[in-house]
Amino acid sequence: MPFSFLSIMQFEWSALILLFIVLFLRIGKKVISNTSLLYIVNGLLLINFISGFFAHEDGTLFGTMFVSDSLIRFEKSLLNLGVLIISLQSFHWLSKHHHASEFYMILLSSLTGMFFMLSSNNLFMLYLSLELSAIPLAALANFDLQKRVSGEAAIKYIISSAFSSGILLMGISLIYGALGTLSFDAISLNMTGEPLLLFGFICLFAGFAFKLSAVPFHLWTADVYEGAPVAVTSYLSVISKGAMVFVFITALFRVFANVAESWYQMLFVISIATMIIGNLFAIRQQNLKRFLAFSSIAQVGFILIGISGHSDAAVASAVYFIMVYIFSNLAAFGIISLVSDVTGKENIDDYKGFYSTNPLLAWVLTIALFSLAGIPPTAGFFGKFFLLMSGAAADNNTLIIIAALNMIVSLYYYLRVVKAMFMDSNAQPIEKLKPGWMPVTAYIVCTAGILLSGIIGGAFEYIISIVSTH
Amino acid sequence: MMNLNILVAIPILTAFGLIAVKGLSRTRIVAFTGACIQLILSVFLFFAYQAEQHKGNTDQYVFTQQYDWFPTLGIHYQVGVDGISVAMILLTAFVVLAGVLVSWKQEKWSKEFFLLLTLLSAGAYGYFIATDLFTLFFFLEVAVIPKFLLIGIWGSGKKEYAAMKLALMLMGGSALVFVGLIGTYFWGGYSFDMQAADTIQMPVDKQMIFFPFLFAGFGIFTAMFPFHTWVPDGHSSAPTAASMFLAGISMKLGGYGCLRAAVFLMPEAAHAYQGAIITVAAIAIIYGAFATLMQTDLKYINAYSSVSHCGFVLLGIGMLNETAINGAVLQMVSHGLMTALFFAAIGMVYERTHTRMVKDISGMLKATPFIGTVFILAGLCSLGLPGMSGFVAEMTVFMGGWQAGDALYQFATILACASIVVTAVYILRAAGKTMMGPILHSEYSLFKDAGWNERGAAFLLLAGIFIMGLAPFVLTNIIYPGTADMMQRITEGSISTFELLK
Repeated sequence: MPFSFLSIMQFEWSALILLFIVLFLRIGKKVISNTSLLYIVNGLLLINFISGFFAHEDGTLFGTMFVSDSLIRFEKSLLNLGVLIISLQSFHWLSKHHHASEFYMILLSSLTGMFFMLSSNNLFMLYLSLELSAIPLAALANFDLQKRVSGEAAIKYIISSAFSSGILLMGISLIYGALGTLSFDAISLNMTGEPLLLFGFICLFAGFAFKLSAVPFHLWTADVYEGAPVAVTSYLSVISKGAMVFVFITALFRVFANVAESWYQMLFVISIATMIIGNLFAIRQQNLKRFLAFSSIAQVGFILIGISGHSDAAVASAVYFIMVYIFSNLAAFGIISLVSDVTGKENIDDYKGFYSTNPLLAWVLTIALFSLAGIPPTAGFFGKFFLLMSGAAADNNTLIIIAALNMIVSLYYYLRVVKAMFMDSNAQPIEKLKPGWMPVTAYIVCTAGILLSGIIGGAFEYIISIVSTH
Repeated sequence: MMNLNILVAIPILTAFGLIAVKGLSRTRIVAFTGACIQLILSVFLFFAYQAEQHKGNTDQYVFTQQYDWFPTLGIHYQVGVDGISVAMILLTAFVVLAGVLVSWKQEKWSKEFFLLLTLLSAGAYGYFIATDLFTLFFFLEVAVIPKFLLIGIWGSGKKEYAAMKLALMLMGGSALVFVGLIGTYFWGGYSFDMQAADTIQMPVDKQMIFFPFLFAGFGIFTAMFPFHTWVPDGHSSAPTAASMFLAGISMKLGGYGCLRAAVFLMPEAAHAYQGAIITVAAIAIIYGAFATLMQTDLKYINAYSSVSHCGFVLLGIGMLNETAINGAVLQMVSHGLMTALFFAAIGMVYERTHTRMVKDISGMLKATPFIGTVFILAGLCSLGLPGMSGFVAEMTVFMGGWQAGDALYQFATILACASIVVTAVYILRAAGKTMMGPILHSEYSLFKDAGWNERGAAFLLLAGIFIMGLAPFVLTNIIYPGTADMMQRITEGSISTFELLK
């Protein structure tokens, strides 16, 4: 087919087209209002998301540098959905912002980078797209220009990101030096446990761990999350992390499957450390954004346990967990973003008595937190169950016991927020908030996702079916 | 034939109904209707199960249904009942209806209150009908969070602390159960199916690893020593209906799980750990009884006595013979009814006197004869008076315990028997001080005796207690076939242990 490059790269094209539409709207003579811009962009994002289900062409492009199949398409759709939800939730913030169109331009270029990253089949391509997705994020983190903490967050992000990219690049060059190739297929065939290759692999692994904010490479996370605007924080913690998990799985399972024993040991140590450190630090947090930062570190620990299973079920459970995580974390961030926009309050103590003034919003946040804690009937329960089950397939009881104990700790700090909202009294609770229909739509989508994607087993079965044909 | 899913569907529909209506009067009517329908269905199930038995259906589980949930992982939504589950479902229906009646005047956030109570009951029903370990675990955890919110929002005293402690300890229990579940899955043929349990034959060395997790995990739910500490705080801080539910049903989830999942699926390990189980249970019985002696708060008295009484459940299960396990199941039902009645009576007293301290209350029997009578009856049932359910259950456990034969087990049985004397001391002392005696405060004469809703709740639970006490065959007829089926496998377990030791 002559135009197959159009349909194979469908997601990348559509993100780029969207980007250019925003650009032309911005530089066009007639300045359009923020509200109509948001309507247009959200509508297009929705169309983009829906159309993702219709093109069905697998294949490779650019001499196998770019690959696409049904699993990758599904992952891209998930990211697309996440961006749509974030965009809907940020309605209040963006409709008053002077640079709404720039926000979308930067966001979409980062998203395009992630799409390329998921499809990359070559270390060079991987690095290129990784940078394309990471550098715009530094600009986004500093998007509230008048806030000093945002500037600090951006600097921290760009430095740590550059540092991790450097390590990644070093790993890539070592592997290239040893094998003389950058193609995933060739590397996976020739990968051995000889020291030089292994060292290259470890550098690569560390670079990924940085981006995933796995312990001990997590130190940038909390500060960046706290300083950045909530919309950007949610993008960083959900979309960016989700994309990294997908790529990480590809790298481990496909490219470095030959050295599975080595990375299993590494995952073992890192996942335990990540869970424990994330959980212990989350207990002490007062700021909700910092709190969610550490809780997301702990969640990464769970994902790493699942990945250590090294099976189709492990891939499926990680992808499923990311889906659930998108719903749950974005629902939590959605409420926090609304409250922070209207009142500027971000501390747990400020949420005391939240239920008495905003019962529905409090329920949404509660359901989201329960899902993050892994309490049924929310989807988070199923997500964690499947992750630990695939982790246990490696016959590792220690890991499962530690993870199960960590779930108790994590329940404690999630319940702290619930307790503040429902049980503590407050002389001045947050006033009654009126979210517009766009954020409300996002909340409904997230809550429905949380409540239904577990109980209805079809979602997971679908993922596992596309994974097994992968 | 009966579709068991209705039992879960009704509470969920009730919950939707509760979301739709506004105002206390409508809310409570919806909740009441839901609970009534549920009771009718449970009684119907009781007769349907017996009819099935008369037809000569010898399957372990009847009315089974199976739906694919996550078929690639071998996870199914699977339900079915045997006699034990039917008894527990009946208990749940009684306690939930009584709980709704007792909280008839729930002013603060009544909609949320009944909603959570209904969700809690949905979890319990689902748990008792589940025959797939995953389904079982799912419903077990569903019931944790409503408890947290019920105690934390509507409780009294150190409610936040108690709610958090309860949620975390129960989550700890779930975490242990989870580890045991994973072990069962991977070593028992990649399946969570309990109906096909006969084909699940875990290697004995793996059983030895995972049995403690499963048993202790469920044990936390049923206040197994030393994991009982959530019980006194949780029960005393909870609002009346939640206390009734916690002690009446929620603690039974644990005992049921110990029996159904841990002992049944890993019989060899159960025999190996028999001594430990019995020791722990005996400690709980004695420790609980003596701890109750020191309590001055009525709710704490009942909460600590629950620890002691639930020890009988574990003791019965630990004996691993048919009589004792029957006794354990009877004790679960009996304690559920009795403790719910006791908490209801304490709630009624507290509503009037606004104190639960034994030393501040006196002469309730004169001021409010009905409440006083209910209180004393609940106390008498608790100390095992013949003619009431407590006697039947405890007696069966003791008989089974003696039959177990081993000197240690008989010693534990004697200790457990002796604890009844202690029970009599604290019950009679508390009842005597608070119910008898002169009226000390003038406002006592203004107290209204129990309203129709309170009377309804009390009669409902008393009916259960007396039926079980006077005509135990009503219940034992359905429980015995259930345990008999389980015993086959449990006894087989002991044989292969001896082979292992050779």
